[in-house]
Amino acid sequence: MAKAKGTKAKSTKPAGKPAGKEDVEDLLQMYEQMVRIREFEDKVNELYTSAKMPGLAHLYIGEEAIAVGVCEALNSDDYITSTHRGHGHCIAKGAAVDIMFAELLGKAAGYCGGKGGSMHIADQANGNLGANAIVGGSAGIAAGAAFSAKRLGTGQVAVCFFGEGALGQGLLYETMNMAQLWKLPVIFVCENNMYNEYTHYNETAAGTLTGRAEAFGIYTEEIDGQDIRVVNEAATRLVERARKGEGPAFLVCNTYRYHGHHVGDIDRAYYRPKEEELEWQQRDPITILADWIINQKLSDQSVLDHIQADVKSEVARGAEFALNAPYPDPSEVDTNVYA
Amino acid sequence: MSTPNGNGRVITMGQAIKEALAEELRRDPTVYVMGEDVAEAGTAFKVLKGLVDEFGPERVIDSPISEPGITGLGVGAAMTGMRPVVDIMFGDFSTLIMDQMVNQAAKIHYMSGGKLKVPMVLRTTMGATRRSAAQHSQSLHAWFSHVPGIKVVIPSTPYDAKGLLKSAIRDENPVVFFEDKMMYQLKGEVPEEEYIIPLGVADVKREGSDITIVATSSMVQVSLAAADKLAEIGISAEIVDPRCTFPLDKDALINSAKKTSRVIVVDEGYERYGVTAELASVIADGAFYYLDAPVKRMGAMDVPIPFSPVLEDLTVPTPDTVFEMAKTLCGAA
Ligand SMILES: Cc1ncc(C[n+]2csc(CCOP(=O)(O)OP(=O)(O)O)c2C)c(N)n1
Ligand SMILES: [Mg+2]
Repeated sequence: MAKAKGTKAKSTKPAGKPAGKEDVEDLLQMYEQMVRIREFEDKVNELYTSAKMPGLAHLYIGEEAIAVGVCEALNSDDYITSTHRGHGHCIAKGAAVDIMFAELLGKAAGYCGGKGGSMHIADQANGNLGANAIVGGSAGIAAGAAFSAKRLGTGQVAVCFFGEGALGQGLLYETMNMAQLWKLPVIFVCENNMYNEYTHYNETAAGTLTGRAEAFGIYTEEIDGQDIRVVNEAATRLVERARKGEGPAFLVCNTYRYHGHHVGDIDRAYYRPKEEELEWQQRDPITILADWIINQKLSDQSVLDHIQADVKSEVARGAEFALNAPYPDPSEVDTNVYA
Repeated sequence: MSTPNGNGRVITMGQAIKEALAEELRRDPTVYVMGEDVAEAGTAFKVLKGLVDEFGPERVIDSPISEPGITGLGVGAAMTGMRPVVDIMFGDFSTLIMDQMVNQAAKIHYMSGGKLKVPMVLRTTMGATRRSAAQHSQSLHAWFSHVPGIKVVIPSTPYDAKGLLKSAIRDENPVVFFEDKMMYQLKGEVPEEEYIIPLGVADVKREGSDITIVATSSMVQVSLAAADKLAEIGISAEIVDPRCTFPLDKDALINSAKKTSRVIVVDEGYERYGVTAELASVIADGAFYYLDAPVKRMGAMDVPIPFSPVLEDLTVPTPDTVFEMAKTLCGAA
């Protein structure tokens, strides 16, 4: 069988009649979800710095448009697999912040009963098959979920979120090969925030990022990950393709994490200049969408302010709930080892 | 007891490891360090901070996030004249490199009828209670210890870490060197002058007469704390640190067991099919007629390490649990 050549498109703004969401309600929903992630992560940072959260966390601040833009193109029963930087994906797929905070604090009320924590948070009811502390570790899982969907004829798709650092992992390439061979409904979303921890991706990835997927004949796009309308438009098209049985896609979203690799990574000057950080913050995903909404006169600032205030208090209540929630009973330590 | 010659210099475990690497890099131009964020960042734990300044990015090399790749590259480089030190950030990622270590590195010398060799060191970490959850907290040294052709070092003090790492780098075989990530700040005396500690020689960390506690890595510190408490109730505990799971200093373990007649083996790996099982069997075999009680084992609870602190703390031996076990074994009320 002749295989389609991988194609590559570079889009900046949706042209013509966009596939993505453009109704004001939908745009406001995307705005709200991005704000929810931002507020959640700010609170996580605060919990960490005030020594109320055990361990570390990898903040998603700056990258919100990707999780939200992609997940708003999904149904609630579509699958995602997430990463160590997974709070944004989890919220975008529909998780509640109070139960998430409980998990991050190791409390019984958390999504995983406190057993998973930040790097393993999963929300099965919303199709989130889990964050993953092994870089690239979820590529096979996402393809497996897509394989199930195809075999069982459910019409679901799976999205595999990963950072550009995961391009170093062989598993990803084995998985992409099979996904294309078997036309699995899986979308590989590469969140290129330019750094693998403390090393620029130019020093870790030879060739082009998209070229990797193109080599397998996988449909590929590279987009501006800071503009949620661009992300949502691309994701909507790729999801549609996958649902129609046209196979996998590879979406590179260029983005930036505002904070450190994890909450403890404060002194960053040795690996990335302050100016670069400030420059990227000029292209803030929340501001970009807010400006669009206002400039197009789709809504006004007071509505956005209202959303912001509501979310802020929801997040504050959620954190409070989690701080006061009980820890798991010690007897939980050896439950769930086997199903 | 191999304590340093006491010029009073106290450094951390992390510094001791960096010193060992620096000395070997200086001594032998074929030595190199490769791993994720080992250069400017000095590893995720900042242990190698500054090393690249002296030796440059040609010898302290940042790699992509490609554990099987850097390990395989290490095996090939070792076979052809280099002495690689491969850095695998978390011991949990051992899962990714097992083929290169087990099917390649461990077997090449034997399969080639002794014609090829793989003088490489793989540094990695172990240890729970860092609130890092199931994929960043395991102690998987038993896996490597199981495989003929590989040597495994699990140091418990800065002094031992430095001397053993230098030996490991000079060894002609693949050596896996496990550092407890919770011990990088542990301080201890390390002499200014150069020394090496041979692989496979145990060390008595505390002499005693009533019970032997064989302990590895961070469990040595745990057992020393337990021994202090035991002393308060009149039980004299001897702490023996094998320092390597292979080569294993069987005589040292057996002789201490013969002396005290009671033994607990404490190790942070899983108890099931673990290091404690092997050590206990060596002791039971070698000191059978001298033992007053069965050899007891204490390891990590046989569960994936939970995130929640209240659960995680239950999964590893502590001074209290070791104390209780020793007390019971000695028949003290
Ligand atoms: C297999 C594996 N190797 C190394 C690590 C340690 N580690 C955690 S995050 C990270 C960098 C990941 O970079 P990237 O994939 O770009 O994601 P980002 O953090 O930028 O979102 C590394 C090396 C890991 N968790 N898993
Ligand atoms: Mg990255």
